[in-house]
Amino acid sequence: MMTRRFPAFITVALLAANLGACSQVRGTGDLGIVVERAAGSVLVVETTHRRALAQVNGLGDLSHASAVYSRDARYAYVFGRDGGLTKIDVIEGRIDRRIVQAGNSIGGAISQDGSLVAVSNYEPGGVRIFDAESLAPVAEIPAVYDATGRRSKVVGLVDAPGRRFVFSLYDAGQIWIADLSTPSAPKIRKFANIGNKPYDALITPEGRYYVAGLYGEDGLALLDLWQPDRGVRRILPGYGRGEESLPVYKMPHMEGWAVAGDLAFVPAVGRHEVLVIDRNGWHERARIPVTGQPVFVMARPDAREVWVNFALPDNDTIQIIDVQTLAVSRTMRPGKAVLHMEFTPRGEQVWVSVRDENRVDVYDTASYEKLAALPADKPSGIFLAARAHRIGF
Amino acid sequence: MASRFWMVLATALWSLACVAELPAERQAQLRHLLSHDCGSCHGLRLTGGLGPPLTPTTLAGKDSPALATIIRHGVPGTPMPPWKAIISDEEARWLAEFMKGTSHDRSTGP
Repeated sequence: MMTRRFPAFITVALLAANLGACSQVRGTGDLGIVVERAAGSVLVVETTHRRALAQVNGLGDLSHASAVYSRDARYAYVFGRDGGLTKIDVIEGRIDRRIVQAGNSIGGAISQDGSLVAVSNYEPGGVRIFDAESLAPVAEIPAVYDATGRRSKVVGLVDAPGRRFVFSLYDAGQIWIADLSTPSAPKIRKFANIGNKPYDALITPEGRYYVAGLYGEDGLALLDLWQPDRGVRRILPGYGRGEESLPVYKMPHMEGWAVAGDLAFVPAVGRHEVLVIDRNGWHERARIPVTGQPVFVMARPDAREVWVNFALPDNDTIQIIDVQTLAVSRTMRPGKAVLHMEFTPRGEQVWVSVRDENRVDVYDTASYEKLAALPADKPSGIFLAARAHRIGF
Repeated sequence: MASRFWMVLATALWSLACVAELPAERQAQLRHLLSHDCGSCHGLRLTGGLGPPLTPTTLAGKDSPALATIIRHGVPGTPMPPWKAIISDEEARWLAEFMKGTSHDRSTGP
């Protein structure tokens, strides 16, 4: 398996680096993983010298895989499409534990205290909760939404302060808050009629607002977790009113949305625009025309710029929005199928997966120069260990 | 309804015609598109995700022209987009056959 894309000498080098890692003390602040979606493997990467340290194989179907980190930032929990939940030791570059917990999954989250890992499943529709250390099952929350027992696909699962998880029911148009204060007996609060087909969601960096993007209608659903009694409110209703929707060849993502000062940036659905929301009042401030259907809309950590990638047929392009002028300031073409972008914690570098070029590119975010290009087998998501310390990541 | 009738008729007539084999290079591109781009909703192994599974078992009994119509025109009210700007009718029919596994061995895929 190791030799799939890696020439023998690199494998040997990785092995040596790996063995070296075992015998040396190091932190994980500059480590991360890159998902190799087709091979079912991940690369452990290091951002100081911009290199791969190890390849970990045997993770199953990693299409649409995502990851969260343990609170000590040593372990990455990788959520695979096939229901696999794999706990990877990024220091030792190996699988610590792995279970297959459902038939079809979409993502997961880790609780504020790091004790529980939650996975959102399409099949069977619902959320399953596991002990973060042992991956032993702790609780199950079936997303049953009608009297006949139908279960919804679950999307937009995030952690919220107070050992809670918040998620959306795609088929039912609902948002649920699960309180895991008593892990074996989750308390669920349900909000119905939140909008048509929530497809993904995010939580603001301080953990107060949960915002679900709606596929079935123009608009977003907003829940204030400080004041849940006020219910879910629709924001930016009908942002595409009167315009014919353009084809969406890839669903946008809400995770990693951009909050820059009072402004939030989100992808429009079916329009080649990034929507700018004023967080004072949650109304539309501007719409920024971009080259295609936005997929990820990510703020550089200093919030001075917002980087955007796109669905087919514009998925070779990244556009950068200047937050001061609210206009595109730069267009880059890293290569075929730019799937994901991840900034280093302080934002001096951005790591970009270029799937169809089998490469991860690293750019300097001040000069926009390419600093490195790492070989990777059909790379998709990039998840740096600094995510361990952020609410909602 | 009238336009739908003509679409169905045209599709039916097309199905009677012999489908020319696509160039090998285009076939490879379509297999790649299927795994990686269709796969973002239907799963890398087409076992389903936000969209339904597209395995030979689940597609058994569905006819290729109808599947090609779905590929080309999408499913209104769902995230399935119309692919007609990217995939021709002939290519959509090839994809349908390929997914059903009736004319191509899946193991030769990427």
